Amino acid sequence: MSHLSEDELVLLHYHEDAGPDAASHLASCSECAERLRALAETLSRADLPEPPERGDDYGAQVWARLRPELGLAQPASEPAKVLPMRRRVWPRAASFAALAAALVLAFLLGRRFPVDAPPAAAEVRERVLLVAVGEHLERSRLVLVEIANAPAGEALDVSAERAVADELVSSGRLYRQAAVRSGDPALAEVLEELERVFVEVAAGPESLQPADLERLQQRIEARGLLFKVRVVGAQVRERESERLPRPMSQS
Amino acid sequence: MDDAAAVARARAGDSEAFRLLVERHSRALFKLAYRMTGNEHDAEDVVQEAFLKAYRNLDRFEERAQVSSWLYRIASNCAFDVLRRRQRRDKPLDSLDALDAPEPQAEAPGPDRMALGGDVRRGLVAALERMSARERAAFVLRHFEGRSVKEIELALGLDTTAVKQSVCRAVRKARQALAPLAGTVS
Repeated sequence: MSHLSEDELVLLHYHEDAGPDAASHLASCSECAERLRALAETLSRADLPEPPERGDDYGAQVWARLRPELGLAQPASEPAKVLPMRRRVWPRAASFAALAAALVLAFLLGRRFPVDAPPAAAEVRERVLLVAVGEHLERSRLVLVEIANAPAGEALDVSAERAVADELVSSGRLYRQAAVRSGDPALAEVLEELERVFVEVAAGPESLQPADLERLQQRIEARGLLFKVRVVGAQVRERESERLPRPMSQS
Repeated sequence: MDDAAAVARARAGDSEAFRLLVERHSRALFKLAYRMTGNEHDAEDVVQEAFLKAYRNLDRFEERAQVSSWLYRIASNCAFDVLRRRQRRDKPLDSLDALDAPEPQAEAPGPDRMALGGDVRRGLVAALERMSARERAAFVLRHFEGRSVKEIELALGLDTTAVKQSVCRAVRKARQALAPLAGTVS
C-alpha cells in the first residue's frame, strides 16, 4: 500500500474512519507515523481564546428578549395562553396606514414651515414620528419572524399576513419618504428592503407553496433583514428616548 | 425539574418550563455560537434563533435524546446559517455548491481577528476567515468542540463525505496558516 494521504492522516488524528487499511498501514509505516505526529503537533497549537464571559443572569436576559418573539407578552406568572403571533398583531393593523399618513404629513409640514412651530413642538412631532416608526419596525419584524421560522417543505397560509403586508407597504412608503427627507438613508434603505418583501407577500397567493416560501425565507436571510430591522429598531428607540422630556432638577 | 420534564411541560403549553431550559442552556449555546461565528453579536442572534426554533419544534424532540444535545444541534445549525449568510453577503453566490469553493485570501482582519493576541491565534483566525461556511462549521465542531463526524452530520444536515471533506480542507488551511509559525510558541 502507498503512503497515507493527508486527508487519511487528518481522519486518523481525529479518530475517524479513514478506510479499511489506513490504521494497519500506520502501524507498520514509520514515515506515516512521523507525518501523523507532525500533524498532531501543528493542530495542538490551533486554539482560540475563550468566548466572552456571560453572567449568571444571561439566561434570564435571553428569555426577556425571547418572550415577545414567542408571543408570550404576558408576564410568565400569569396563566396566559400562547397565541399565534398573527392574532396578537393583526387586529391593530387597520388604522396604521391612516395614522402613518397623518404623522408623516404633520412631520413634513412642520419641517417645511418651521417658523410657525416652536422648537419644543418640532421635537414632540419628531418623537411621535419616531414612536410610530418604531412600532412599524416592530410589526414588520414580527411578520418577518413568522415567515422566516415557518417550517420548510410545507405550504404556509399567509392570508392574514397578506392584509398586514399591504398595510405595512402603505405606511412603510410614507415613513421611507420621511426618512429620506430628514436625511436618514440607513432607515430609508431598511424600509425599502422591507417594502420589497411585503409587496411580494401582499401580491402573492393566500397559500405560499414550499418553493415560494423557501425563496422568501432565503431572501430574508440573505439580506440579513431581521438583523437589520433589529438594529435600526434599536437605533430608533434610542433616538426616541433621547427626545424624551428630561425630569426637572430637584435642587 | 430536569430537562426532559421541562420539555414535556413546555410541549403542554407551560412557558415557565421553557424558560427554565433557556436559563439553563443559554451560556453553553453562546459559547458554541461564538466559537462558530467568531462574533459576539452574531452569537447573540444565534442563541435567540436557536431557542425560537426549539420552541417551535418542541413536538419534534425525541424523548430518548438528550435535551442539551438537541439544543446544541439546533444552535450549531443556526450558527451554520449565519456563516452561510455572511458568505453570501460578502460574496454573492447563486448555488449552494459554490459555498464550498475555496475562499480568497482575506483582505483585511475582521473585528474578532483584531481582538486576538499572538501570531498563532491571528494565523488561525485568518485561516478560519479563508474557510468556506461548511469548512469552518465542521472544523470548529470537530476540532474545538470535539464532536464526531456523525454528530456533525446531524448538526449541519450534511452527509458523511461532505463532513469529512470539509474537516480535511479546513485542516489543510489551518496547517498552511500555522506551519510558518512553527517554533514561535513555547
